[in-house]
Formats: sequence, structure tokens, C-alpha cells
Amino acid sequence: MTTITLGAAINAGLRRAMNEDPRVLVMGEDVGRLGGVFRVTAGLREEFGAERVVDTPLAESGIVGTAIGLALRGYRPVCEIQFDGFIYPAFDQIVSQLAKTRARSGGAVTLPVVIRVPFGGGIGAVEHHSESNEALFAHTAGLRVVACADPADAAGLIRRAVACDDPVLFYEPKRRYWDKGEVDITMDLGDLPAMDRARVVRQGTDCTLVAYGPTVRTALEASAAAQEDGVSVQVLDLRSLSPLDVDTLYRCAKATGRMVVVHEASTFLGMGAEIAAAVTEECFHALKCPVLRVGAYNMPYPPSRVEEEFLPDVNRVLDVVDRALGY
Amino acid sequence: MSEKAAADPSGAEVRDLRRIEPVVAPPHGAALRFVMPDGRLTPQGEAAGVDLGLARLLFRDMALARRFDAEALALARQGELGLWLMSLGQEAAQVGSIRALRPDDHVFPSYREHAAALARGLGPAELLRQWRGLAHAGWNPATHRFHFYSLVLGTQALHATGYAMGVLRDGADEIVMTYFGDGASSQGDVNEALNWAATTGAPVLFFCQNNHWAISTPAAQQSRTALHQRAAGFGLDSYLVDGNDVLAVHAVTSQAAARVRDTRMPAFIEAETYRMAGHSTSDDPGRYRADGEVERWRLRDPITRLEILLKAAGVGASFFTEVEREADALAAATRRACLSLPDPELADLFGTVYTERHGLLDREAAEYAEYVAQSLSEVPA
Repeated sequence: MTTITLGAAINAGLRRAMNEDPRVLVMGEDVGRLGGVFRVTAGLREEFGAERVVDTPLAESGIVGTAIGLALRGYRPVCEIQFDGFIYPAFDQIVSQLAKTRARSGGAVTLPVVIRVPFGGGIGAVEHHSESNEALFAHTAGLRVVACADPADAAGLIRRAVACDDPVLFYEPKRRYWDKGEVDITMDLGDLPAMDRARVVRQGTDCTLVAYGPTVRTALEASAAAQEDGVSVQVLDLRSLSPLDVDTLYRCAKATGRMVVVHEASTFLGMGAEIAAAVTEECFHALKCPVLRVGAYNMPYPPSRVEEEFLPDVNRVLDVVDRALGY
Repeated sequence: MSEKAAADPSGAEVRDLRRIEPVVAPPHGAALRFVMPDGRLTPQGEAAGVDLGLARLLFRDMALARRFDAEALALARQGELGLWLMSLGQEAAQVGSIRALRPDDHVFPSYREHAAALARGLGPAELLRQWRGLAHAGWNPATHRFHFYSLVLGTQALHATGYAMGVLRDGADEIVMTYFGDGASSQGDVNEALNWAATTGAPVLFFCQNNHWAISTPAAQQSRTALHQRAAGFGLDSYLVDGNDVLAVHAVTSQAAARVRDTRMPAFIEAETYRMAGHSTSDDPGRYRADGEVERWRLRDPITRLEILLKAAGVGASFFTEVEREADALAAATRRACLSLPDPELADLFGTVYTERHGLLDREAAEYAEYVAQSLSEVPA
């Protein structure tokens, strides 16, 4: 066990994956010499060489398109898209090529490509650097979408993603990169939690907060605050957005009878909408109130001076938990 | 600005701004051609000489491809195919290029490369499956080192480049070739791929069939610069060839392929050819191009000129009779294959989306199976 940041945990997971499989490559803008703008790939080029840690031309479609070609050749590329808002030039390669190739080939061709995406706001950034576009890709058949929330889980989740034979969008909560936690990087791959499973990160009996990525910590803080008022709030870290771990969602919803989904993405057609629909369909009679959502307003991510008001914080979460309890 | 004012205090020469001429593209070079449309050899053709064995092989490839293409068109007209995109007129560009590769050189086609595919060994059933609505891809790319068709224009250029990066890392001496057209050359992906391959030193041979039309848009509206000149601007060795002269295409592709193999640097070939048919069976080219233009290109037909050359070189009638017999047999086999292809089952598709278990698809597959079983049980005996 070692105490490191979330960014360092992903770095450790990538290093382990590269050591375990010589076909694993890291590629993206500034991932080599610089170690990535968030330093998530720091030191990898020195350790594995420029052939395996590839500083690419500045072209997102090119990054994903060539990763597909490398995967067709038998490699396992891990691409970095520098910021969430820069993924759109690669949208066709992700949605029409990467996601569809296996089905197109009748199952004959697999593309084990990971696309790492630092996402979400809260770092005072300029436009296009604070977005939460995970639902676009969760809606796309053929992709798997996961989000890590803390160092302990991130180190294993990235290894699981790299080992997966399907394409994986790996979302990293950029404002939590510097959060520290205990990480065990020595675990065998097979002992790591499965990639498609949610995990209960705090027990509670009155209400379940469902979160992923950056809002897991927000939900944990909200739960701690609620406890001071005598309200017991369970926190579920989804981890996997596609597929959803509906078994765990249903179990939690049935246990507490109240569910609130918290994400930075806008609520309209966001992950919360799907979770609310699925949980309502399956747990209707066990619910004491509708599944409620806390997320962004339906506007482009605002200038950073107002992002604190825009992002779901502890108070907004508690406000909606109160509404859930008041039904 | 006076001469004096142009002098830099450091002593370096400073250009007089009034004398700076714009950088202009060099004039459009002439395409390499060995065989003229009337079957006679050009001086370059004379110098290169004709390998009659190769010429016969290429003639046969082209004739078979054209017959296959015609049969597929007939099947589409009869409603047996949902759509067909003819390679008519482009046989030389495709056959000449693919025959210049080694069998282990991986190829990433666009979607009109039927002649290239047949020459690579793909069969009619594989080529028609997609257009009959039975699958989105008709074959496994590994079987013939020929990737399946890509319908989003230009995307395959990046796949080829990435594949070539892998070849490079494997230390293999294969090269990768990708086909695309004048229309796709406007796509960002193609331009990214040209730049990417040049800067990373990926052994890709970019083969552009300039067939002069992207559905209704003429090539001149795609690019102000000749495409091979644009590629040269990216830093690629670049060639221009008469795409309807199969011997010239074969020669230039052989040379370019050898160079890519030796230098591990990409190259670009622009083959000037012509899409004799519409874009697809849904297209009506009469709405946007003059009959006279098609007739002019008919006089530059790739098969006719090689036939004249072969006959002049003493190749006997029996060769042509035999090719015609083979072409008829291929047409019959094409029709048989098309009509006997089995329909897909929706139930089988659930398992094709993901490699590893996926909870949602598992549940949906079960729901679908249950729904089908229930529907069947409700059918009166």
C-alpha cells in the first residue's frame, strides 16, 4: 500500500499494464516528453521508450483512427484525449468506427482500444476544458464507458480497461487528480474488481446517492453532512456507465426506497435519466419517491467565475435529498 | 524601400518585401503513361517494355472484374441487391495497383474496390453480402489481408496509417496500401493521415483514384491543387499516373511500393481515371454531367487499349475466348452465390457487439428470445 494521488494511481496502473503486456501503447498529444498536461503519463516514455509512449500530431481523429489501425495489427493502444471538449473531432472515429467494427465484422474483429478522457469542471478552466460528455458515448452501442473516482479504484480500473478486449472510454475526474488515497498496485489483474460493477462506498438506510467520477466525493461529503442531521445516506459509485450495473442499482433502490443521481453533466438525457427510468421500471413498488436528479443546467459549461454555482455541490445535493425524504 | 534601408544592422541579408513573389504550385505535370488509348506504346512504354505474361494476367483480372460488376448491376436492377456501386472504368487503377503489392501487404479499401478485391482473391459471395443487406461487412479482413469496405469517406486512411505504425513496430517489411478518391481527399481524416504518415514515417502507400466525380461534385470543386501536389506538400513522394493504363499503374505502384518498403516512408499515387457509371444504382448522373464527357472517357477505356496491345503483340484469339468463358462462369457463380446467401438472424447479432459479457445486451437478448418464443406459441396450430 502506498498513498498517492489519483493521477499517480492511473500512472501506476498504466505502468503495470505496460509491463504486463508489450502490446500496450500509450499515445496522445504531449503524453511522452511532457508526461501529459496533467502528468498522468509522466515517466512512461523514459521507462518504455518513444515507440510505446507516442507523442502524436495534434489531431484527435488521427489519434483514434490510428489507434484503430494499431489495434487491427494486434496492439492495445491507450489514447489520451487532452481535454473532454477536444474529443469531438474524433467523434466519427469513435462512434462510427471504433464502436461498430466488431458488430460490422460479425464478431470477427475486436478493437481493444482505451480512450482516456480527463473530464468535468471545477478547475477554473477556459471553455472546452470542463465538459461532461460521457452520456454521448454511453448511448453508443459497442463502447464501454467507465469513470474512476478515487486513487484506490483508479489504479485497478485502468488496468481492467486496458485488459478488456472491447473499446473503453475511461473518464478521469480532473478536479480530483490531486486527491490522495491508499493504492495497492501489486494486486493480480484477476483479483481486481470487475470493470462493470458499481460499488457501495458508504452505507446508509434512508436514501441512496448515485454518483460517478468527480461527484462521488461530493456525494460522500453530502452523506457525512446528512449524518449530522440524523439522515443515513448510502453512496453508490457507479464506476461503469455502460453497461450499468443495474443489479446493484436495483438492490440499493429497494433497500433505501429513495434514490438521487448526482452528475456534472446536464440532467436532460443524462445518465440520471436512464437510471431513473430503469430503477422505476424495476423497483416501482419499493420506491418511496421518484428517482431524483442533481446535475447541470441545460446550458454550455459556463465561464469559470460562476462554475461553483453551476456544479452540483453538497448543498444542492442535500437540498434534493431533503426533497426525496419529504415525499 | 531602398537598398540601404533593406540592409540589416546585423549584416544579414533582408529581402525587399516588394520583390517577394507568392509561392505557387508547380504546373500540373503529365501523368505517366505506357499505353495510349489506341493501344500503341508511348516512348516511356517502349523504354519500360511489355511483360506479356503480366499484361495477360492484368487483362484477365480486369475482364473478370467488369463482368462481375455487370452481373452485380443486373442483380441490383432486379431487386436482388439493395444498392450497387460500380467499379466500371476504374479496373486498371485497381488491378494494376493491387497486383503490384505482395500478398502480405495489408490493404484498406474504400467501397468501390471490387476489381482490387477480386484480384486479391475475394469471391462474389463476400463482395455481395453487404449490398444484399445481409451484413455490414462481407469478409474477415485477415483472410485476404484486405480490410472490409469503409463507407464513411476517408476514415480508412487513418486505419491504414495506424496499421502501418504497427508494422513498423513489429519490424516487418510489409507495407500498407489504402484506396480513396478525389472526394475523400477533402476529408480531414485523409489529410490527417497524409500528415501523420509523413511525420511518423509510416509505410503507407496512399492510392488515390481520381475518378473525377464525387456523386455530382466534380474533382475541380474538391481541390484547387492537383491531389498529388497536395500530397507532396505533406512531404510524401508523390506520383501521377494514367489510371486507365494498367501497365503504367502497375509500374508506378511497384516502384512506389518498393520505395515505401525500403525507406519506411509513405508515398502517394494519384491515378487519373473515370467513374463511367453513376455513383450508385440510386444515382442519376445524367442530371449533372454531359454524355459527351462519358463518351470521351469511353475512348480511353482501360480494357480496350490493353486488348489492342495484346493482339498486336500476337496473343491469339484462344486467350480472349478463354477469358470470356471464365467471365461467363464468374457471372453465373455470382448470381448463384447472391441468391443462395442465407439471411441473418437478429438473435445472432446480440453477441457480435461486445467481446466480453455485457449486462444490457444479455438482458435484451433474453427478452427478445422470450418475445419470439411467446409470439410463436400464440400462432394457431
